[in-house]
Amino acid sequence: MSESKSEPLFSKKNKALITNPLNKNNPVTIQVLGICSALAVTVQMDNAIVMSVAVTAVLVLGNMIVSLMRNVIPSKIRIIVQLVIVAGLVIIVDQVLKAYVYDVSKKLSVFVGLIITNCIIMGRLEAFALGNKPWASILDGVGNGFGYGLVLIIVSFFKELFGSGALTIPGFEKFEIFKAIGIYDMGYMDNGLMLLPPSSLFIVGIYIWVQKYRNPDLIES
Amino acid sequence: MEYINIFIKSAFIDNMIFTFFFGMCSYLAVSKTVKTAVGLGSAVIFVLVVTIPINYLLETYVLAEGALSWLGEEYATMDLSFLSFIMFIAVIASIVQLVEMLVEKFSPALYGALGIFLPLIAVNCAILGAALFMQQKQFANIGEATVYGLGSGFGWFLAIVLIAAIREKIKYSHVPAPVRGVGMAFILTGLMGLAFLGFLGFEL
Repeated sequence: MSESKSEPLFSKKNKALITNPLNKNNPVTIQVLGICSALAVTVQMDNAIVMSVAVTAVLVLGNMIVSLMRNVIPSKIRIIVQLVIVAGLVIIVDQVLKAYVYDVSKKLSVFVGLIITNCIIMGRLEAFALGNKPWASILDGVGNGFGYGLVLIIVSFFKELFGSGALTIPGFEKFEIFKAIGIYDMGYMDNGLMLLPPSSLFIVGIYIWVQKYRNPDLIES
Repeated sequence: MEYINIFIKSAFIDNMIFTFFFGMCSYLAVSKTVKTAVGLGSAVIFVLVVTIPINYLLETYVLAEGALSWLGEEYATMDLSFLSFIMFIAVIASIVQLVEMLVEKFSPALYGALGIFLPLIAVNCAILGAALFMQQKQFANIGEATVYGLGSGFGWFLAIVLIAAIREKIKYSHVPAPVRGVGMAFILTGLMGLAFLGFLGFEL
């Protein structure tokens, strides 16, 4: 702890831990982790928001616990130890979701349980929390959780807006934008394809395209 | 007949990759050549066929509401289903470990082919996802659950081998630089998913 005192709480290095995953090191589009849930829960925006909050919570707590225990975990059984920690956290998150946002938790169905095998969690635990101090690990968890959430929210925004002409945000009533503008009267129709699974793949593909176009150093050779 | 329907439904209509995106991480990472894709795909089929029946027994006799009634009257009302995540993942992780050791001992050739992929599979969401769906679908008997595991694994195998073949060919095409690699794999998977939508409603 004495070393971290000499370093300010939000030093440049620590800030980079949060901002990097939002763009240049995005967990979903650049590290290609955690795709399964990122694509499957994006039909409605409220599902995406609840899912990103759940993943961020598990990621931050898991990173913190593993980082605190990093010197006592034997490296041979570390995967099992991490799985148990993550599974315990996911059970807690699942029970909390069932208690407070029951209908969203019903819609997320198995994808809450699948946070356990979400590669973002295992990937960050392996790559970061096992070799870094708790505070840095917490920030890394926050950054990657937000990076994940950012992609989820962008994908679900396009899917829901063009698929059903509305946006649902937790805590508010369903906001039917296209109806309010009156675009249906002009003969516009919702694009049913946007509600089907393949469209999230297209949207993420285009997202990666735009992102790499703007950051040419990320392009794969 | 019921078995064939379950197989077709889990392999083609509710394909793990195209409908639920299960196991996308390893699907994207290991689909650069057909050879490794076949290796990982067969390992997934293998592990699913082994773990799904075990998880089914666990679900029916331990976890589900009232499943413990074989222990005695006082256990009949117990509901342990909140423990299913941790139990399933523990079963999967240990079975994968066990399978790895057995394969290494009895079939070194198969171990050489599957070896490096087996540890990867413990954290592949296809396996846990199939177990959780098995829990949700409430199959009538262990045979149906096993066929479900086989079908899901076969669907996954099919998807990863197809994308690997396409990615091998696309290396020689002129793809715009920013979308090269992962971006293209996403768009290709989307197109394949559209094709697989054609199976919707298919039944024997």
